[in-house]
Amino acid sequence: MTTFLQQLVNGLSLGSIYALIALGYTMVYGVLRLINFAHGDVYMVGAYVGYYASRKLRGDQPSLLSAIFVMLIAMLACAILGILIERLAYRPVRRESRLTLLITAIGVSLLIENAGQLIFGPDPKFFPSLAPRADFVLEGVRVTSEQITVIAVSFLLMILLRFFILKTRTGKAMRAVSFSLDASRLMGISTDKIIGITFALGSALAAAAGVLIGMQIPKIDPLMGIPYGLKAFVAAVLGGIGSVPGAVLGGLLIGISEVMVVGYLSSTYRDAIAFGILILVLLLRPQGLLGRVQKEKV
Amino acid sequence: MRTRLFAVLALVAAAAATLSCGERGSGKEILVGEYGSLTGGIATFGISTKNASELAFDEINKKGGVLGKQIKLLVEDDQSKPEEAGTAVTKLINQDHVVAMLGHVASSHSLAAAPICQSNKVPMITPSSTNPRVTQVGDYIFRVCFTDTFTGEVVAKFVADTLKAKKVAILVDVRSDYSVGLQTFFGEAFKRRGGEIVANQSYSQGDSDFRAQLTQIKATNPEAIYVPGYYTEVGTIVHQGRELGITVPFVGSDGWDSPKLWEIGGDALNGCYFSNHYSTDDPNPAVQKFVNDYKTKYGQTPDALAALAYDAARILADSFTRAGSTDGDKVRKAIGATKDFPGVTGSITINAERNAVKPAVILKIENGKYLLVETITPEAVKQ
Repeated sequence: MTTFLQQLVNGLSLGSIYALIALGYTMVYGVLRLINFAHGDVYMVGAYVGYYASRKLRGDQPSLLSAIFVMLIAMLACAILGILIERLAYRPVRRESRLTLLITAIGVSLLIENAGQLIFGPDPKFFPSLAPRADFVLEGVRVTSEQITVIAVSFLLMILLRFFILKTRTGKAMRAVSFSLDASRLMGISTDKIIGITFALGSALAAAAGVLIGMQIPKIDPLMGIPYGLKAFVAAVLGGIGSVPGAVLGGLLIGISEVMVVGYLSSTYRDAIAFGILILVLLLRPQGLLGRVQKEKV
Repeated sequence: MRTRLFAVLALVAAAAATLSCGERGSGKEILVGEYGSLTGGIATFGISTKNASELAFDEINKKGGVLGKQIKLLVEDDQSKPEEAGTAVTKLINQDHVVAMLGHVASSHSLAAAPICQSNKVPMITPSSTNPRVTQVGDYIFRVCFTDTFTGEVVAKFVADTLKAKKVAILVDVRSDYSVGLQTFFGEAFKRRGGEIVANQSYSQGDSDFRAQLTQIKATNPEAIYVPGYYTEVGTIVHQGRELGITVPFVGSDGWDSPKLWEIGGDALNGCYFSNHYSTDDPNPAVQKFVNDYKTKYGQTPDALAALAYDAARILADSFTRAGSTDGDKVRKAIGATKDFPGVTGSITINAERNAVKPAVILKIENGKYLLVETITPEAVKQ
């Protein structure tokens, strides 16, 4: 039982990371109907910005304040990166076919991965510990302060995002754009601005995930975005792409099932089962767990 | 018109043939190829190996080279990907026309490249691939290190006799031939010594979260955990293991030996052990000279991979001299006849299976230093 609970904690902290990244996929899909394949790489850039910022900012001792600063810097940098990607790569081809957009996204992804290997170097780097650490042991289940931080920060950001989408004017505009891009423009919503904001928000969340994974693992490398991006994409589809609560649910499900498979079966089945779940969901409930059925307009 | 075109083509072909002949035959240099991982997850292995081979050839060239020629080393990077090793070796053989090949550290990479060297009749010496299957590829493939069969015996003896552990858990990298081989050899040897393997968990190279496996291992209360992996993952594994409250020693093998291991794992590694090919503490003057020369040139303490690469390069040069030629078949026979070569990793004799026979050491990690615990000879593991 202790082992099971410990695995549940491990799964929750891994799942929160997937959920944070999945949110970016789902938001962009919501407004543009685009799978932003470069999203996993934005997450990688976030981890690296966090790494360099923490080496500059961190004094002799890890402190909570510097940890918060590091996270904000990474989020800001990636928000800008997200806007740039949208402006330079996606906007010029937005009116083209969906396939053109998709291929552009794959191109951007490859560009960031290889630029990352050039700029950051291909060798893995190791995150210094940012926040002061403490472990809590409850009934034999050990929870590290990093795991608590990961879960708490993820949920805080997800709640803030939900509040932003439901309660603010910009959030309302985002929902309108996701409902119908053309109708929103006719209603006087600056759709370019809203799409930019969506990319900025999604990328900032990915950056937060990057810093959190850096604190927890603590190894980062320029290709780290590929496996995490792929799993988060599966999570977004599983939860219902376009649905924000769905992305969170999907992320947690994938994280927990992965850990359980590795723990109780074998690590070799890990990805097979994650993607097996995806195939099952697509067969039985193609709109995802929390997604809405959409009629294809002809 | 037609005939003129043919004439031109014939001329071009002739010119190309002369050029390539010129590259292969004459010249004052002997071209030796080396393929290794200079970037990626096991980059320090490739860099140490390259540095040490260059050091060895520089020394030899300064003394006048071999057969009146200078040795020139051409190095290709495989980005830590086994599938790229084949490409690198093919390029070295077909484009650069090297006469012999050095490499690789990782057995998966050597196994990818060895068949290519064998079929092209280019002798290959791997300095540090320990999986027994590597030299079984064919009679052109040699190694100057001991095999994983021996390492498994050595670690089993150490864990059973010195650590006095009866229950051991194993965490294996299923994507690495080296790791899977060691898991089997250690498991067999440890059971023969009356020990029990209480957990057998796995991961894949490139993974970064090992908490699920470690949680499962912790539940079985082992007295030691054997992780026959490479340093990048090992550092992360030990770090995460300590976070989960695992206090027993992690034990590893030569894949741990890297200056980066301590950078990754830090304090978590204190009190862990690993088996290796040599110790920098060895008082032998040849070892101390090598350690000093390497430090002066590269500003780093040479790891075992550097020491083995140094020996491999010198044995190759020695074999050129003894063969009196760079012809593949003659060089191959000369390498196979190596006997009691005074290497920095011990006295090296190549046996009939083209493997080196020599002792191993067990090192303990203390604050970033590797302290010599004991030396285990091939005779000692035979009960």
